[in-house]
Amino acid sequence: MFNLDLSKVYAIWLREVKRYLNSKARIVSSLGQPLLFLIALGGGMSALAPEMHYQTFLLPGIVAMSVLFTSLFAGVSIIWDRDFGFLKEVLAAPATRETIVLGRVLGGATTALIQGTLILIIGIIVTGLPLPSIESIILMYLMMLIMSSFLVSAGIAVASVVQEVETFQPIMNFIIMPLFFLSNGLFPLEKMPEWMRAISTFNPISYPIDGVRTLLTAQGHFPLILDFGVSILILAVLFSIATYLFSRTNI
Amino acid sequence: MDDIETKGLTKKFNGFTAVDGLTFDIKKGELFGLLGPNGAGKSTTIYMLTTLLKPTSGTAIVGGYDVNEEPDKVRERIGIVFQDQTLDTYLTAFDNLDIHGRLYGMKKEERMKRIDEVLDLVELSEWKNKPVKTFSGGMRRRLEIARGLMHTPSILFLDEPTLGLDPQTRRHIWSYIEKLRKEDITILLTTHYLEEADHLCDRVAIIDHGKIKVLDTPENLKKQIGGYVVKISANNIERFADALRKEKFEITVDGDTLSLKTKDIWSAIKTSSEIAKKSKTTITNIETHAPSLEDVFIHYTGMDIRKEKAEGGEMQKRMKRRFGG
Repeated sequence: MFNLDLSKVYAIWLREVKRYLNSKARIVSSLGQPLLFLIALGGGMSALAPEMHYQTFLLPGIVAMSVLFTSLFAGVSIIWDRDFGFLKEVLAAPATRETIVLGRVLGGATTALIQGTLILIIGIIVTGLPLPSIESIILMYLMMLIMSSFLVSAGIAVASVVQEVETFQPIMNFIIMPLFFLSNGLFPLEKMPEWMRAISTFNPISYPIDGVRTLLTAQGHFPLILDFGVSILILAVLFSIATYLFSRTNI
Repeated sequence: MDDIETKGLTKKFNGFTAVDGLTFDIKKGELFGLLGPNGAGKSTTIYMLTTLLKPTSGTAIVGGYDVNEEPDKVRERIGIVFQDQTLDTYLTAFDNLDIHGRLYGMKKEERMKRIDEVLDLVELSEWKNKPVKTFSGGMRRRLEIARGLMHTPSILFLDEPTLGLDPQTRRHIWSYIEKLRKEDITILLTTHYLEEADHLCDRVAIIDHGKIKVLDTPENLKKQIGGYVVKISANNIERFADALRKEKFEITVDGDTLSLKTKDIWSAIKTSSEIAKKSKTTITNIETHAPSLEDVFIHYTGMDIRKEKAEGGEMQKRMKRRFGG
């Protein structure tokens, strides 16, 4: 079904990662917003309701927020590649479309995981959270990888259809903010008003966030197996859509 | 054997015919030029031959494979230098070439050797590890050419390789292209610079409104449209002109200068100086003009390629919006 050439997947991955590492300013500046949420929102809420341990509850949400931003950005940045011409170089190469999409997904996921790790390290220092077991850390990274991969896929799908650079920012604002605020990232599902809980339960990113939370702070809502199951299902669907739409995209 | 063969290659976009039934063959090792104004369908033709656009109808065999049936096979054999920039400017020259080599399945040792070779060819060896965003326009163009050659393609497509470059850089790029022809590589080049087609190409197809108007060597094209113009300044110009007309020369007079069209420049000069002697005319100046591809172009398309530019711009923009150039 999928025709993949792993050395070419690696080539695309390498380009994404090198590009990311070459933009140190972006790495640092994109830490700002998540840390502001964690420290200001987390600190303020903790003072308001100390019994909730809000800052530790919030940390997985903020890690997820950082992964969400970085992943979607990595996927949607195909719009930029189209505008700056590099997309032609990739499309003219003897690499199948699945190879290109997988390379970009893994490349984007790698940058998102680096970003998430930076937030996690700072967050653990800020909240004084005890480190979870090695098994939990491995599972948590697997969860973040799945989440990030489906988000990069979603970004690629959007960028394959929407081609104008001008629409980049509106799309990001339109997708990211609602996606994040209407999830369990900031508030626990069981304490939400009914309507918000309904939306959050159907929000795909609620499941990986819940999984990370279970593994990191044991404050999760759903069984871990459900978190993984739903996330993998979403990944399969979005990756297929991304590959399909990307293979039809114009230069 | 022919390296590129097209039959009735056609591309329509919503009823607008960009490329209209192109049929031509390009021989192995040949440097073939597609010459035409902006919006003539040159880039669209390249996109079809390089498998980036599907033809509406017609066929194209590139490097022995049909672009529709086996696009991946075609891609492995060709190198492309696009009209607009397609480098990743955030990466170094080395990274751009290295990633290209990986995408074309080159082994590490081969990549390293080839990166040095192609950078040497375009004289960018010293810039190997510098990010492309620090490069000038001409340097980027040269790096694009290096990248197109990185995987040693047997067929190279050059879409307007010197567009927007200063004359000095253009000469540089011409010299790289001339170096390449010694390496038995087939090259298809598009250009709207007449002197470029004349200077570089073995054969030229003049294309306009998606159709080939004429296809031949630059020399034959120039010969076909009737050749040289001799301009003679003299006293008694009208009498002199009448005397020449009697010898069946085609003459136009402007001030004290007459223009004479001829295919055989030497006998024309000889005859006119004999007539001048007989009619006691003193010739003060003689200039000769060799025919240019521009004359050929005007002859076949009925317009001046330079004047057409402004008009072609709008179409170009529309095409760019939809197909990225």
